[in-house]
Amino acid sequence: MASLKELKTRIGSVKNTQKITKAMQMVAAAKLRKAQQAAEASRPYSDRLNSIIVNLAGSMSDTAGGPELLVGNGKSDTVLLVVATADRGLCGGFNTNIVRKAREEIVALERAGKTVKLYLIGKKGYDQLNRLYGDQIVEYVSLKEERKLHAGIAQGIGEKITAMFEAGEFDVCKLIYSQFVNVMQQDAVSTTLIPAIAALEADNDAASNVVAPDLEGAIYTYEPDESGILRVLLPRNINTQIFSALLENQAGEMGSKMTAMDNATRNAGDMIDNLTMKFNRTRQAQITSELIEIISGAEAL
Amino acid sequence: MADKLNFSLVSPERELYSGDVDQVDIPGTEGDLGVLPNHSPLMAAIRTGTITVYENGVEIKFFVQGGFADVTPTGLIVLAERAVGLDSLDKSEIEAQVTSVEASLEGLTGEAALAARQNLDGLRAVLDA
Repeated sequence: MASLKELKTRIGSVKNTQKITKAMQMVAAAKLRKAQQAAEASRPYSDRLNSIIVNLAGSMSDTAGGPELLVGNGKSDTVLLVVATADRGLCGGFNTNIVRKAREEIVALERAGKTVKLYLIGKKGYDQLNRLYGDQIVEYVSLKEERKLHAGIAQGIGEKITAMFEAGEFDVCKLIYSQFVNVMQQDAVSTTLIPAIAALEADNDAASNVVAPDLEGAIYTYEPDESGILRVLLPRNINTQIFSALLENQAGEMGSKMTAMDNATRNAGDMIDNLTMKFNRTRQAQITSELIEIISGAEAL
Repeated sequence: MADKLNFSLVSPERELYSGDVDQVDIPGTEGDLGVLPNHSPLMAAIRTGTITVYENGVEIKFFVQGGFADVTPTGLIVLAERAVGLDSLDKSEIEAQVTSVEASLEGLTGEAALAARQNLDGLRAVLDA
């Protein structure tokens, strides 16, 4: 049986751990609120951008020679997977879920005979995927140094991806991230970035959400012309999608961390209760055995 | 109300303005345009410059950089890549941008150079204002 002193230090250390997890939970809760606000604030922009693209794509669908970012380059041999994870751990299964989704995609694509390249955002995903698919990683960015997510980060990543597409390094681009449903639930999802039209077709829900504005019989004027607008709009759409994925991820990470730390705090509490019980039992047993020694000593006299 | 224009200005980070106004002046890539209520449907790309919102005789100005203006019968929506109120604009940051764009101008040709020059003009105009 453990000595009283040992038990006492054990209890002390678990109590310290509980203080840390409790603090982390509260920090995550505060950050979650901010992350959720940021995600919500970005929604009008991406919604509007989506509806504009749906509009333009609708009016362009008859022209097969549309921009490659929209209709694709006719091939699908090489697929670039953009996997966005968090930079920090201690947030439950958050990163693992995204990585699992990415691995499922990789396996499915490779079975179909495609070449898969990986563009990784976030340290945790890199750590896990580097072991298995290290030679397929073309780019890795960590956002650890960024104190606050801003559109410029997504723009940098988006421009790099667009440049790679134009250089013919891949044919199809998919984005894998975690969609924030609520604090308890985050779903790892994959959407197609390039060609943009695939995402619009596959995601019927999103397409039906954006209602084409009723022009009351009038005709849209484009300034510059449609292809000129699309040329600037499509790369921007990629940036925006990446940005909102990063924001969703951030909210999801914080939500997941909050839940994980809440569980950890509760587990620490249970552990303290158990240890305290053990401590008291041991103490009582010790007192009892001391008393027996004294009494039997007195009787012997 | 038919004689008011429903206007909203959104950037990727947040919605900066939303409400009914009298008129909005937009810097388009092909030239400035003033949008009044009941404007015909229009989609225009935006260059670097200032958006002026007229509401009840009050002018509100925003600095915008890149984006789109979308006019529909329901109103005007400006999607700006970057947008800030002109009052809260950081001049030193704009100056830094001017220098970096000037430096990059050397290696550019054709359309990209034109876009960069347009960006530069807009930035300088904001600095002078």
